[in-house]
Amino acid sequence: MKSKQTYRGTFCILTLLLVVVFLINISLGSVYIPFSEVIAGLLGEGASKESWQYILIDYRLPKAITAIMTGGGLAVSGLLMQTLFRNPLAGPFVLGLSSGASLGVAFLILGAGTIGGVAGGILLSEWSLVIASAAGSFLVMLAVLAVTFKIKDTMAILIIGLMFGSVTAAVVAVLSYFSNAEQLQQYIFWSFGSLGNQSWNGVFILTLCCVAGVALSFFSSKSLNALLLGENYAKSMGLHIKRTTFIIIIATSILAGSITAFAGPIAFVGLAVPHLTRQFFTTSNHSILLPAVLIFGSLLLLICDTIAQLPFSEYTIPINAVTSLIGAPVVIWLLVRKRKLLF
Amino acid sequence: MTSESKHIVLAAKKLTVGYFRKKKADIISSNINFQLAEGELIALVGTNGIGKSTLLRTLSGMQPLINGAIQLNDKNLNSYTSLQRANYVSVVLTETPASKNLTVLELVSLGRQPYTNWMGSLSSADKKIVTRALEATNTMDLFDTKCFELSDGQLQRVYIARALAQDTPVIILDEPTTHLDLFHRASILKLLKNLAAKNNKTILFSTHEIDLAIQLSDKMIVMTPKATYFETPKDLIKAGRFDTLFPEEMIHFDSETGRFIIKD
Repeated sequence: MKSKQTYRGTFCILTLLLVVVFLINISLGSVYIPFSEVIAGLLGEGASKESWQYILIDYRLPKAITAIMTGGGLAVSGLLMQTLFRNPLAGPFVLGLSSGASLGVAFLILGAGTIGGVAGGILLSEWSLVIASAAGSFLVMLAVLAVTFKIKDTMAILIIGLMFGSVTAAVVAVLSYFSNAEQLQQYIFWSFGSLGNQSWNGVFILTLCCVAGVALSFFSSKSLNALLLGENYAKSMGLHIKRTTFIIIIATSILAGSITAFAGPIAFVGLAVPHLTRQFFTTSNHSILLPAVLIFGSLLLLICDTIAQLPFSEYTIPINAVTSLIGAPVVIWLLVRKRKLLF
Repeated sequence: MTSESKHIVLAAKKLTVGYFRKKKADIISSNINFQLAEGELIALVGTNGIGKSTLLRTLSGMQPLINGAIQLNDKNLNSYTSLQRANYVSVVLTETPASKNLTVLELVSLGRQPYTNWMGSLSSADKKIVTRALEATNTMDLFDTKCFELSDGQLQRVYIARALAQDTPVIILDEPTTHLDLFHRASILKLLKNLAAKNNKTILFSTHEIDLAIQLSDKMIVMTPKATYFETPKDLIKAGRFDTLFPEEMIHFDSETGRFIIKD
């Protein structure tokens, strides 16, 4: 395994880049705020206009933090899944984890109407959204895993992911038939995916979940390295496969679930970022890859968000569209250049 | 030194191997007996589907035995935890590692996993053992090469280096010579022979290269539908164990040269 020292310089540059992109992201938006005012606002001195201060602290800052958490978290969950399933095409979106999370949220938002009244209102708190969404992705993850135990075919699990996508669409269609316009609109907007409009409370919950998920992943990095050799080799080196698999599933579900709950289903970050990272870090050692993927993911989604808010205009485009527009060509480019995707 | 005075590392007593399917035992082979001593190279031969892989998987603790006993270092194999077992037995499997993106150094370093801390970081002692494993298998100059860039022969050496890095008294290899040409088959087997003799390891490998195995191995385990035999190659030839390995009307074993001859 290559030592961390080899990559220390790269990590420094990446962290610096992250800070720069973070500041650019906060400085840009539909309302022009001078850079000096942005710095003053962030440092607690307060921007000269109250509206600027409000935009900075209660809109742009939570959005930027959400972007960092979402990008980093999705990328880490993608890396975990690629190693666990030993499949370069695995990712939270491809394998239907995002669909599962959507299903959980659909039941919550659209189903809340059928319970109705006060109970429905309580159900729609931020925590319940996270729990429903994480439960959804956990169930899909279990289903996919059950299939991989039965069928040793990398194609099979991708098909399972597709099927879950269809099932979600079907169930959502049935639910929306019975729900009112307001709930339907709420669900549709959620499913577009959005990093903005997060309350500080929501950002706090998201951060908590992401830190927990990422911590579990770092804790498993040695086991993840062993899994690179395959299950039988890992077993022969004394690894507890069941315990490791369980920890990885929990970490992935927490990450994919909580992120999808707050930001909606976001495509391609989980799949593309690990592959993109491998272009710069030619190592398979997870104790290097995990932090690298984390920073790359945060960086990518911050950039995507900066593009999505269409600087100097009053329009924003859905973040999901931007990640797909950037992510899909990246995957195709990697495939064409390398002829194959390795993990 | 006779083999009796050597320390027995791995032994099977009236062993029955097979699979448990729906709580019913599906027996593949039974009444297997052998004692493998340190410093010995042992070949496991038999026709396809006779249960070579099943036996090797059972011996390396990857699947439970059905009946009888396996002794590893005078203790029952079942009494080892998987981590303890990893200190005694390392394996080279027929399956290729899941990730071909690993460099040779990374792959071989993974062999140190049973000994490293929770982070998996290598101490200088670990690094020394990894270097020694690379040197012993003549793969030192490949250390920065990715696995997908290696030839089959090089890959096999790298897998053996990983097993060496695990630093266990017993190494079990499942068909290490498949997909290789005669030169590479011979050089892999000579490497194993060397490792067994020099490093005093017990190396058990399954193979279809019976004539090579007869020339190079100290002992052989021959699995036939009737019974499983364990002897030196010489004694096995004397007892005519190879004559009935394949249908006599098709393939004839020439006990003079130790070769199989195809009849027309």
